[in-house]
Amino acid sequence: MNLDSKIPDGPLADKWDKHKFNLKLVNPANKRKYEIIVVGTGLAGASAAASLAELGYKVKAFCFQDSPRRAHSIAAQGGINAAKNYRNDGDSVYRLFYDTIKGGDYRAREGNVYRLAQVSVNIIDQCVAQGVPFAREYGGLLDNRSFGGAQVSRTFYARGQTGQQLLLGAYSALERQVGLGTVKMYPRTEMLDLVVIDGQARGIVTRNLVTGEIESHAGHAVLLCTGGYGNVFYLSTNAQGSNATAAWRAHKKGAFFANPCFTQIHPTCIPVTGDHQSKLTLMSESLRNDGRVWVPKNKGDKRAPADIPENERDYFLERKYPSFGNLVPRDVASRNAKEQCDAGKGVGASGLAVYLDFADAIKRMGEDAVRAKYGNLFDMYEQITGENPYKVPMRIYPAVHYTMGGLWVDYNLMTTIPGLYALGEANFSDHGANRLGASALMQGLADGYFVIPYTIGDYLATTGPVALDVNHPAFKAAEKEVKDNIKKLLSINGNKTVTEYHRELGKIMWNYCGMARNAEGLTKAKGMIKALREDFWKNVKVIGDDANLNQNLEKASRVADFLELGELMVDDALHRNESCGGHFREEYQTEENEAKRDDENFSYVAAWEYKGPGQPEQLNKEELKFENVKPTQRSYK
Amino acid sequence: MSWFTKALSGTVGRKLLMSLSGLFLISFLVIHLLGNFALMKTEGTAFNEYANFMKTNPAIKVLEYVLFGGFILHIVIAVALTRLNKKARPVGYAYNKPSANSSWFSRNMGLTGFLILVFLLIHLKTFFFTHKVPLWEAQAATLYDEAVVAFSNPWYVLFYVIAMGFLSFHLIHAFQSAFQTLGLRHPKYTPFIRVVGVIFAIIVPALFALIPVYMYFTH
Amino acid sequence: MNLTLKVWRQKDAKSKGQLVTYEAKDISPDMSFLEMIDVVNEDLIKKGEDPIAFDHDCREGICGMCSMYINGRAHGPKTGITTCQLHMRSFQDGDTIVIEPWRAAAFPVVKDLVVDRSAFDRIIQAGGFVSVNTGGVPDANAIPIPKKQADKAFDAATCIGCGACVASCKNGSAMLFVAAKVTQLALLPQGQVERKQRVENMVAQMEKEGFGACSNTGACSVECPKLIGQENIATLNREYIYAKLTSDNIPGSEAKK
Ligand SMILES: Cc1cc2nc3c(=O)[nH]c(=O)nc-3n(C[C@H](O)[C@H](O)[C@H](O)COP(=O)(O)OP(=O)(O)OC[C@H]3O[C@@H](n4cnc5c(N)ncnc54)[C@H](O)[C@@H]3O)c2cc1C
Ligand code: HEM
Ligand code: HEM
Ligand code: SF4
Ligand code: F3S
Ligand code: FES
Repeated sequence: MNLDSKIPDGPLADKWDKHKFNLKLVNPANKRKYEIIVVGTGLAGASAAASLAELGYKVKAFCFQDSPRRAHSIAAQGGINAAKNYRNDGDSVYRLFYDTIKGGDYRAREGNVYRLAQVSVNIIDQCVAQGVPFAREYGGLLDNRSFGGAQVSRTFYARGQTGQQLLLGAYSALERQVGLGTVKMYPRTEMLDLVVIDGQARGIVTRNLVTGEIESHAGHAVLLCTGGYGNVFYLSTNAQGSNATAAWRAHKKGAFFANPCFTQIHPTCIPVTGDHQSKLTLMSESLRNDGRVWVPKNKGDKRAPADIPENERDYFLERKYPSFGNLVPRDVASRNAKEQCDAGKGVGASGLAVYLDFADAIKRMGEDAVRAKYGNLFDMYEQITGENPYKVPMRIYPAVHYTMGGLWVDYNLMTTIPGLYALGEANFSDHGANRLGASALMQGLADGYFVIPYTIGDYLATTGPVALDVNHPAFKAAEKEVKDNIKKLLSINGNKTVTEYHRELGKIMWNYCGMARNAEGLTKAKGMIKALREDFWKNVKVIGDDANLNQNLEKASRVADFLELGELMVDDALHRNESCGGHFREEYQTEENEAKRDDENFSYVAAWEYKGPGQPEQLNKEELKFENVKPTQRSYK
Repeated sequence: MSWFTKALSGTVGRKLLMSLSGLFLISFLVIHLLGNFALMKTEGTAFNEYANFMKTNPAIKVLEYVLFGGFILHIVIAVALTRLNKKARPVGYAYNKPSANSSWFSRNMGLTGFLILVFLLIHLKTFFFTHKVPLWEAQAATLYDEAVVAFSNPWYVLFYVIAMGFLSFHLIHAFQSAFQTLGLRHPKYTPFIRVVGVIFAIIVPALFALIPVYMYFTH
Repeated sequence: MNLTLKVWRQKDAKSKGQLVTYEAKDISPDMSFLEMIDVVNEDLIKKGEDPIAFDHDCREGICGMCSMYINGRAHGPKTGITTCQLHMRSFQDGDTIVIEPWRAAAFPVVKDLVVDRSAFDRIIQAGGFVSVNTGGVPDANAIPIPKKQADKAFDAATCIGCGACVASCKNGSAMLFVAAKVTQLALLPQGQVERKQRVENMVAQMEKEGFGACSNTGACSVECPKLIGQENIATLNREYIYAKLTSDNIPGSEAKK
């Protein structure tokens, strides 16, 4: 299939304006004749649902939590980028565009990224108008901080709770519409299938998580804003409920899945303490500004850190990257920590951690200065680990954090199924092979507030407000499929729990498709996942019935999808014979252990097409054209 | 309902009335205490003059109705809110540890209020119905003498002292709470209000309690 | 360590529930409280019994979904944290731990430890927003806000909507939750236009939902994982009085909700 990204031609800076002008409009009086289904109420979903309802469309919004305010966007900490240039430090739309393209290791579309940078400025205005309490300076104007991958200060923040404040802003806009009756909200409702009629997305099938009822909802368009799939790895910084189900089932109905292997690993997370571990907690990267990363020089050295003399410590980042030292980018820092632990030098009970030591910083700046700078992070660390980082070095380890891959969308955010859109982390669009810090929040809100309200009209105006019917055989068929699937899960009654399967899958993914990958491991992983999946469908134990709140069943159905998506990720990683951004293939590295891109052969988006159960997925390529920036190689020595 | 009654009929509105009536009762306590000090004069004439004034002055008559209105309002709303609050948690906790997050005084306003009410009824029977309600009026001696007789009974004195303890408990929370309910809170003044509240809640009932004790021992 | 749990089990909203005793064996002090429940649940599943249902999502103290009344206190014995941030090292080997759902008429039990907190959403729908549509807003820096004031608004805005305030209030009052939102928007210039009708409508909705009245016991602020303070409730009271005295919302002409 020919993938048309629909990027308008013309100069980069004029593309979006031109495109907006060319999009068809829906007459204001006609808008209420259209029903739009929005799945997900994170930044992308809440902003889209609210904005579309404001325009006059009838909206139904869905989330699996008990309230739209709890979507995973709430957990984002650091901040949100915008090319406001309030600092007068040389920022511009073009620079944000450039940084994002480069940060993504030249695997994103120029047109999309430029638009993202353009609308970034409107996002901040919008959020401030909603009453989002961004950090301010004494003069009363907005404050900024700097973030990785940029040389300007363009990150707006709200203490360490930026995602929360932005989401509460979007949530309040959404609830306002719910109060006005323009949005009907369905919390504790999970989308379990997409309904396609005559090649167009026409609705969804959901399960009411409290009563177990399977229901059909019809709409003239369906927006998937369901977040990322990092939980394929079992352990990640994602929320427990984050899942791939909505996107995956849409994929099986015909939406292409792009770049599934592009995952981001964050270097400074609190390490795993045991098999009971259910999630990983992120700690701000800023810690690497003053902390020194080290491991014992000798393998299996189990002495307390204070008992290990200076000359028996290996400050490996400082040793290997003398000019960047502890401040190498996320992927480099993560990979090196893994290398040390693989070599048996990891610390802590599990041996899967490296030290992040503040002793020198405390000596140099004094404990009070360290406290002023990192106090809340130190407290959080102590709360989780029970160790005082002022006295003993922190232990950190990388963790899965974000998924750049997702449903393939064109410039209008439409997937390969007409009428089905994907927004936010659920799509693949703007971050290429690696996402810059503080850019996911920006993208989610850009999609929801400022892109979809324009682009959806074009589609709706073309198709017209046709009559919708949830009794159409396609709905009934999808309902049946969903019910059968649930019945099957409940009937297996084997002897392994869902969590055990999930944990096993996570281990396979982490070991073979994590920070560093190679063909041999990936091939092995593919077989392991297949076997695990088959075993799952024979031997999983799911308790309870389906006419009730049944969290065990919810989880089972999500893990079943992860077991399929995991294999696709491996396929994608295996086929991409290059290293780029978050995708590091050990066979393809420079002598300095840097990712070695292959622009000649892999400068494309890999969009996978589902071909039926048991069939290999088909690869479709969307070539990436770089007309404005020239791809170059990174080096941090 | 008019906007006015509407504003005062919800939970927040009724709390406002609670607070205003409470503050009014607090001001009554001060006046009443000052008047009662006259009882400490052994002669009794001072107090009888005061009592007579209280009895005959038309302005006082009016104020008396206001005072009773205040009590009734305070009590009626207290009962209504206490019931509403009970309804807001129909199923309680099997294991609850409220002492970890709030003071006993603040959680038992209904109880302490009820005990004050009990005191009040007995108190009124002794000093009010017998003197001011025409039916009973004739049979009495002077109010002072009546007080002397009443407080010669050690059990009655003890009852007063204990009742004042409950008044104190009620006021410890009530005083500052009334300001909070009115939204009168500021980092500059609130600490002051709290201290004054506690001092008030201890001193005023203590002085009240002193009177019967003093009279018991001096007569 | 080994623990005895007494957990509220209730099949659904209509059924009657009761405390059921479970043994939690080999619990590591490094586990979070929810991970401890995970372990118990895995055991139950293996035994073919229905696992304990409980709400949770982020597991890092920000989504506000987790909600357990542990040994007589909302979110357990420590202050300033949510249940998911509570770790087992806060308990002793051999302890008995009683776990109940939030109790309030406005938060009916859905199953086991899961309650329905949609009343909070409806309160926000009644006025917890600034009525601006997407687009057409002024430049962000066109509205300067003194830092102190912005910080105070932020303190109020940190509410995660968990409902611990209601759960720990002896009156089942939602004053702290409502106060946090009212205060945030009353402090910001953006909130001024709808200031009066916001507090009137939010309080009206709060009362309709069946929450109790506040008697200023202060329990809510102590148990609030974000330590939202009592001053917010005073602000709410003040805003209410002012709005009621001066708004042009007169019965008959009011906006319906
Ligand atoms: C710990 C952490 C910190 C982060 N910090 C930052 C940061 O500082 N800056 C930054 O820019 N980015 C950050 N990110 C990334 C960013 O938070 C996310 O990428 C972004 O918020 C995703 O938003 P979203 O709207 O796409 O999806 P989400 O917020 O994940 O929302 C998904 C929604 O979909 C719903 N849903 C999912 N599946 C279904 C289904 N089957 N049926 C019904 N509903 C469903 C959910 O209920 C939810 O409402 C961070 C991420 C993490 C994990
Ligand atoms: C001299 C007598 C009394 C005084 C000075 C007094 C004063 C007060 C004050 C100032 C408050 C605080 C109001 C607020 O929080 O806003 C209060 C609360 C209360 N009072 Fe009294 N009171 C008296 C008698 C009573 C009686 C007789 C009763 C009950 C029968 C009572 C029951 C209550 C209750 C239940 C509250 C708490 C109500 C709530 O906060 O919701 N009080 N009182
Ligand atoms: C313990 C010491 C007290 C003494 C010695 C005392 C004495 C008296 C006397 C002599 C009277 C009748 C005289 C009069 O009409 O003024 C009276 C009336 C009254 N007392 Fe007290 N009193 C005491 C405490 C209280 C308290 C604590 C309250 C409130 C809770 C209270 C409430 C009243 C009321 C309502 C009346 C009738 C109203 C009035 O006539 O003004 N008294 N008291
Ligand atoms: S005020 Fe505190 S306790 Fe209440 S919902 Fe908000 S965060 Fe939870
Ligand atoms: S605990 Fe309840 S009584 Fe008021 S101060 Fe908090 S709402
Ligand atoms: S699970 Fe999100 S706050 Fe506890």
